[in-house]
Amino acid sequence: MAELWQLTLHEARAGLDAGSFSAVDLARACFERIGQVEDRVKAYVTLTEDHALQQAEAADRALAEGRGGPMTGIPVQVKDLICTNGIPTTCSSRMLENFVPVYDATVWARLSTQGAVLLGKGNMDEFAMGSSCENSAFYPTHNPWDLGRVPGGSSGGAAAAVAADEAIVALGSDTGGSIRQPASLCGVAGLKPTYGRVSRYGLIAFASSLDQIGPVGKDVTDCAIALNAIAGYDPRDSTSLDLPVTDFTAGLTGEIKGMRLGIPREYFVDGMEPGVREAVEDAIRELETLGASVEPVSLPTTEYALACYYIIAPSECSANLARYDGVKFGYSYQDTPDMWEAMETTRQQGFGPEVKRRIMLGAYALSAGYYDAYYLKAQQVRTLIRQDFARVFETVDALVTPTSPVVAFPLGDKTADPVQMYLIDVCTLPINIAGLPAMSVPCGFSEGLPVGMQLIGPHLSEERLLDIAYAYEQATEWHKARPGL
Amino acid sequence: MPLERADVEHIAALARIGLSEDEIVTFQEQLSNILDQFELLKQLDTSAVEPTGHAVELNSVMREDVPEESLSAEDTLLNAPRREGDLFRVKAVLEE
Repeated sequence: MAELWQLTLHEARAGLDAGSFSAVDLARACFERIGQVEDRVKAYVTLTEDHALQQAEAADRALAEGRGGPMTGIPVQVKDLICTNGIPTTCSSRMLENFVPVYDATVWARLSTQGAVLLGKGNMDEFAMGSSCENSAFYPTHNPWDLGRVPGGSSGGAAAAVAADEAIVALGSDTGGSIRQPASLCGVAGLKPTYGRVSRYGLIAFASSLDQIGPVGKDVTDCAIALNAIAGYDPRDSTSLDLPVTDFTAGLTGEIKGMRLGIPREYFVDGMEPGVREAVEDAIRELETLGASVEPVSLPTTEYALACYYIIAPSECSANLARYDGVKFGYSYQDTPDMWEAMETTRQQGFGPEVKRRIMLGAYALSAGYYDAYYLKAQQVRTLIRQDFARVFETVDALVTPTSPVVAFPLGDKTADPVQMYLIDVCTLPINIAGLPAMSVPCGFSEGLPVGMQLIGPHLSEERLLDIAYAYEQATEWHKARPGL
Repeated sequence: MPLERADVEHIAALARIGLSEDEIVTFQEQLSNILDQFELLKQLDTSAVEPTGHAVELNSVMREDVPEESLSAEDTLLNAPRREGDLFRVKAVLEE
């Protein structure tokens, strides 16, 4: 029999409901697995074993009394920028190394109320700024498929933990690809919901108009179950969409006959690895075999998305991160009588290089004399990018692209040149700019490393994207591949 | 557009980030390279384009102005680097 830690969320659910094992057995199994591989993978910042076992005992009681739900007793990892009451939440930053939230983020409040079990907090690029998890102030996470390579980022801990069976499911966040790109590089499924679909309350902010929380799972069904658990209106998030949420698992029919899929040529970029192109083109042919129609489309503003993103995201970041002043919480340099020197030294010592770069870039783009040329211009380009997507979605139901133009790269390969690192996200950034939902699912291997296919849909089309991904998954075996650790 | 050293010092002052000599040199080059990427946007005529702040259209969302339970003073101060009673302690803001 398979080890319990190998189970998908829906398999674990079936086993718990049938009484084949308890939530405590399942949590213990996950910690056993963590004990085997975590010293090599480094997917966690904090492990919460005692807390998890208490939650698992409570979940077993709930199940015995018939009060269980879809998440009761399911062990999860939560990215370390989602506030967990009483449990350190560091953003993988020296600035918040000793920060202990006094309230729960809405997503974690919902999961814990539903009986989920917190295994620990996931490693990430500091403040979610990065594409390789190497910007963690503590240590990089390693790709379970090749420990010398990055897991992607910023939710590298989430994707690596799920790929290495160190968690049944994980929550990440995605500002420019931070769920989809690591899911792609680690060979697991990841979903970035429509902006406003999932509450951002208690998500430590990076770029507020782009940030969105979503699941990383072992397969598509797991993502649908986890999305059910966290989606929906929250009055505490003023950008939350007050709309009904359907049961995302009910839409998993696997039937995509007649679905119209667009292939945007601009996403098959120069510098894309041939093995990635091949895997994605094979996947598109498979979708055709399943009855979808495929047509080339064009999104001409795609080439402007990178510049647009790297003005908007740092601008919002510079405003959001102004709160780290060493007064109310977080790291605080004290060894001077001067207030300004204390603040400047706090920020110099508390933030890593990428965070400083983005704060400064944003401060520049918003500063007197440059606002119109940078920030306003980027917001106007944002309109054009949105209109591009709106136009293609008049004729197609969804778009299919590579998630990342490259497979997982060696640690240290791209850390010297920020622009090279930014280019990694060229296929995922435009989706956040337009606030669209998108998901990445495994679609093959190149040089022994996982390749991800990205599905993009119009606002609130999560159900459709999940169904396309599900149909593909039913016809292929890629999602079952696991690294040999 | 290459940034001058003084630009970097100005931005750092705006952002209240202290920088070492090495950081000034490194950021001057790196930020200049990133700003070069932004030149591309000049190709687009956006004179008649409305800006987008949020991708999903929402008007200002207000709740009823009714007091609700909020964090206690103790919880609010739990992560304070320095406190004095129920207050955050800060360095002198006003000079003599």
